[in-house]
Amino acid sequence: MSSAAIPISTSAGSSGRPKRAKLSGWGRYPALDCDLYRPEKFSELASIVASNASSILARGAGRAYGDAALNADNRVVDLTRLDRMISFDPPSATLSAEAGVTLSEIIDVFLPRGFFPAVVPGTRYVTLGGSIAADIHGKSHHRDSSFARQVKSFNLLLASGEIRRCSREENADFFWATVGGMGLTGVILEVELELRRVESAWLEGEEIRAPNLDAALEAFERTDSQYDNSVAWIDCASGAGKLGRSILTVANFAPRNSLPPAMRQEPFAIQPKFQPSVPFDLPNFALNPLTVRTFNAAIYAMHRGNARPKRFDYQSFFFPLDSIHNWNRIYGKRGFVQYQCVWPETESRAGLIETLEAIGASRRGSFLTVLKKFGAQDGILSFPMPGYTLALDFPVADGLMEFLDRLDAMVLARGGRVYLAKDARMRPETFHAMYPNLPRWQQIKASIDPNHRFSSSLARRAMMIPA
Amino acid sequence: MAKVLILGATSPIARLLAAHFAEDGATLYLAARDTAEAAKIATDISVRTGAVVHSGAFDAADFATHADFIERAAQKLGALDGVVLCFGTLGEEDAAQIDPNAALATIHQNFTGAVSLMTLAAHRLEEQKRGFMIVIGSVAGDRGRARNYVYGSAKAGLHTFTQGLRGRMARAGVHVMTVKLGTVDTRMTWGREGTLLTISPTRAADSIYAAYRRKAEVVYVPWFWRPIMGIVKLIPERMFKRTRF
Ligand SMILES: Cc1cc2nc3c(=O)[nH]c(=O)nc-3n(C[C@H](O)[C@H](O)[C@H](O)COP(=O)(O)OP(=O)(O)OC[C@H]3O[C@@H](n4cnc5c(N)ncnc54)[C@H](O)[C@@H]3O)c2cc1C
Ligand SMILES: NC(=O)c1ccc[n+]([C@@H]2O[C@H](COP(=O)([O-])OP(=O)(O)OC[C@H]3O[C@@H](n4cnc5c(N)ncnc54)[C@H](OP(=O)(O)O)[C@@H]3O)[C@@H](O)[C@H]2O)c1
Repeated sequence: MSSAAIPISTSAGSSGRPKRAKLSGWGRYPALDCDLYRPEKFSELASIVASNASSILARGAGRAYGDAALNADNRVVDLTRLDRMISFDPPSATLSAEAGVTLSEIIDVFLPRGFFPAVVPGTRYVTLGGSIAADIHGKSHHRDSSFARQVKSFNLLLASGEIRRCSREENADFFWATVGGMGLTGVILEVELELRRVESAWLEGEEIRAPNLDAALEAFERTDSQYDNSVAWIDCASGAGKLGRSILTVANFAPRNSLPPAMRQEPFAIQPKFQPSVPFDLPNFALNPLTVRTFNAAIYAMHRGNARPKRFDYQSFFFPLDSIHNWNRIYGKRGFVQYQCVWPETESRAGLIETLEAIGASRRGSFLTVLKKFGAQDGILSFPMPGYTLALDFPVADGLMEFLDRLDAMVLARGGRVYLAKDARMRPETFHAMYPNLPRWQQIKASIDPNHRFSSSLARRAMMIPA
Repeated sequence: MAKVLILGATSPIARLLAAHFAEDGATLYLAARDTAEAAKIATDISVRTGAVVHSGAFDAADFATHADFIERAAQKLGALDGVVLCFGTLGEEDAAQIDPNAALATIHQNFTGAVSLMTLAAHRLEEQKRGFMIVIGSVAGDRGRARNYVYGSAKAGLHTFTQGLRGRMARAGVHVMTVKLGTVDTRMTWGREGTLLTISPTRAADSIYAAYRRKAEVVYVPWFWRPIMGIVKLIPERMFKRTRF
């Protein structure tokens, strides 16, 4: 018997069917009901986007902290199953891959061949799509600028169903509105990314103990021309005199020849580490001003002595938090908000002092606080600007939102801004004032997606698009 | 270097199994109806592992084309050392329970298509006296349930057919493995209500590959489905017919 007589159903189950799911970002605040799709084939994605049912938003690995990858009561498309690599050209170090591929996979596949993504955030578990949509930055921002700098082109699936290749030359407006555009211009499909050549999986540099803020800033200024990567952990629980005391870590990828002879044989081999995980939500009182203060003082005390030459494996250098799975659970069920802001260079010192003092006075400890100097930046909505950036974690608690509104006002008054990929609460008027290029972005957005088929909880909250 | 044919290659489980074979140096032929996707997966595996990966079309329910298809795939590979059967559909169970054509479509996609392809492949493997076959069945084939008995019966048929074939092929030194798979998080189960004990495709593929490497005959993936189904099979029919799952 031939199949001709038998109607064949082609829908194998189907990811055309949504799953109603309470989604949140990495901060687990807010958590909102969305209709979640997860296509495993391009044709499934195309038909989801073609349907007019409700507004739609692409989602990557869900590592944005707040509501950037949420679309409450509307459709969200998880792209993590569209994660195929397409080609790699060693002479130009250029990888083509689908947007659902994570930096983690790229590192696994290409580090042993001597390539590494030039820009990586504090976690390796982010997708290419999310990295472009938030135009992420890493510890090398002062050298390499943001993620988009390494992106040669990408294909964008528009609301109309058309696919456009976007680069600095082709559809340049679409390119620049998508970089930092938080998923609101369409679905990023395939990405052409230039990797960096490295000779080992190790970094060599220094750990510098800075007893106060001025010492920390001075250390950044002194070392940034010498090192590709720099970052400081800052003790935001310390008071007067010690305000802003930090441990600065600066390093370059180690050339093979500088490794000890035993390691030169296998310069890309690092020991896989035991990865503990936080199995359940800690009670809300686990993180309180006392534990935060003790933890931060202990970290500072652990780093005795002044500058120490050090060798780090890339994993502990770039992704220290990834060594504890689900660390976001230490903040308990209510979740937490990450607050990351940047000040223009001339305002940075005053802005930092004012902010650290306000945090000290509020007794809202931030468990982990990171300080970093940014360099040059292109883009319409990209977050970085030349100056200093501070990132803080605050457990959700009564009065927190009012407190963060106060920080916003101080940052805004100095011409600074707050990072959308971390945000869960900024007011629309603050956002509009912090991002002066917003009207230009809105113009392009309206030309690509006139009916605003692409939307998100963030876009509506911050009024990035008309209500 | 093993030359392996993967049927139903657009399944995420098949894709990850294929990647395991590729990492161990195999040359692959990935087949599905959706050739565009099969080609993407083939390219992906070769970029990641450096393996040679071909791809092409087959339709499990188009029996007349099977002999040519197996021949072409073997030619492309240069030989045929192993076949992985990972195709299948839940089908539209509601439709299948009232429309005989829909019921038969489910049977063909899961069972009779496999019978046809396995018979052709078995012939080759038996003659060359080496090779393997991995057949992805389902715990749904262990006992018929009101909710999905059309699919379940197709898988039950597949299990029994594979079991017999294993006996015959043992004489030729060919390894035939039945995988009784529990719920896996793929498009087949996405958004379906009442799915439980779901595992990731990665975990499924890792366990299946490990079982293949230790030359298992019948394996439940994950292992806990063996005791669960052991108990489910013991429930008296009179009671079982009233249960809701
Ligand atoms: C521990 C940790 C450390 C971090 N460190 C840094 C850091 O150092 N620097 C930094 O810049 N960021 C950092 N981040 C934030 C993170 O890099 C960004 O939020 C990034 O966007 C997350 O990528 P994702 O794949 O998880 O995207 P998601 O969180 O899923 O989505 C983020 C945004 O991208 C959009 N998007 C995702 N995929 C697509 C697509 N294919 N097409 C169109 N739009 C898409 C979404 O709509 C959403 O607006 C950190 C996050 C964590 C959890
Ligand atoms: N997911 C589960 O919970 C679960 C549980 C037990 C067993 N299983 C079994 O595991 C296997 C893989 O399933 P999955 O969950 O990964 O689902 P899936 O992603 O839908 O994979 C099904 C595969 O079968 C192919 N296929 C379907 N009908 C076909 C036909 N007529 N001809 C040729 N190819 C056909 C599909 O190819 P196309 O791209 O051409 O459609 C696809 O590659 C199946 O045998 C399934 O029965 C799954």
